[in-house]
Amino acid sequence: MREMKSDAGLTQESVNHREKIGNALRTAFPLTIPVMTGYLFLGMTYGILMVTSGFPIYYPVLTAIIVYTGSMEFLLVSILLSPFQPLVCFMTALMVGARHLFYGISMLDRYKGTGWKKWYLIYTTSDETFAVNYSAEIPAGTDRGWFYFWVSLLDQGYWVAGAALGALFGSRITFNTKGLDFVMTAMFVTIFMNQWVKDRSRGHLSEYIGIVGSFVCLVIFGADGFILPSMAVILVSLTALRPFLEKKEEPTLEKEQNCENLQDDAAGELHQKGNRSL
Amino acid sequence: MTQLQQAVTIGAAVLATVLTRFLPYILFPAGRKTPPFVVYLGKYLAPAVFGLLVVYCLRNISFSAGGTYGIPEMIALAVVAVTFLWKKNMLISMASGTILYMILVQTLFA
Repeated sequence: MREMKSDAGLTQESVNHREKIGNALRTAFPLTIPVMTGYLFLGMTYGILMVTSGFPIYYPVLTAIIVYTGSMEFLLVSILLSPFQPLVCFMTALMVGARHLFYGISMLDRYKGTGWKKWYLIYTTSDETFAVNYSAEIPAGTDRGWFYFWVSLLDQGYWVAGAALGALFGSRITFNTKGLDFVMTAMFVTIFMNQWVKDRSRGHLSEYIGIVGSFVCLVIFGADGFILPSMAVILVSLTALRPFLEKKEEPTLEKEQNCENLQDDAAGELHQKGNRSL
Repeated sequence: MTQLQQAVTIGAAVLATVLTRFLPYILFPAGRKTPPFVVYLGKYLAPAVFGLLVVYCLRNISFSAGGTYGIPEMIALAVVAVTFLWKKNMLISMASGTILYMILVQTLFA
């Protein structure tokens, strides 16, 4: 009798667990649709480039899985075609990947307490996955860890599938895809605007620094070398403005340090209310 | 390059990328108190980074003769912005902007 009861209990638990995972997937998937469009397309471009450069079909697929950072993978094609210089490759990847440091600092709190999934979440932090996971308003009933996990896994899946499709069938595509990559630009612009609309109290200083600072760096340093200077400008500006920005936020900051969880819940509720009123 | 050299090269790229992704979590582990300055950055970096990403996406617009002067990009971005402010739906904005951009660069600005 007791055994049956515990059996039933276990089943109930695993049903709940499965429900939790499924719910997170249903919440996550729609938010990844633009990434799917962009990644399948860009991934295919990468697969085609690798194969037409003379590498075997499994190269783009394998690198899509283990390197998994688009900009570096495209560079990798030309690096693999030049003489053996692993240190140069390492330094290039460090510079191209430097922006991940900013993503990591921004996600420190959000990825907290996600258990074993955290390793995978950090490993798969791409521009797009960071953007979706950072800006997502996760409903109160949805498990945060699983939500982040699904966004990350789906995004990586799209990228790898794109690379594989490009490597296998790239030469047979007849549909005119010119301009399709604009979907990524459109996604970052809407996320930027969404951020702008939500963030009223701070005078949009951060946003201005990002846009104006990067633009000035683009004009000075050109398209191939402006990322690192832009990051430096952002970092220095935010450091200089800290007394001003934190002064504005003081009451909330204090509360947050005292009861982080409570604050989180309240913020979640507020987001939901905001959603409904929209 | 031999296959081994290619493997080492790819390994170097993986190592560097993983390093940039994990470093913040290694420096500021969840168990210890994160320095206030890093907490501050965690709050204010992202909006600026999204600005950087927007500029990054538009970095290759050509303003030279023979280029499109960024006109299709600007038109499509205006549509993204207007539909977003109007409908507040990210998917609709992205789809309409992208489809319009594809039409523009395949026809008028081909």
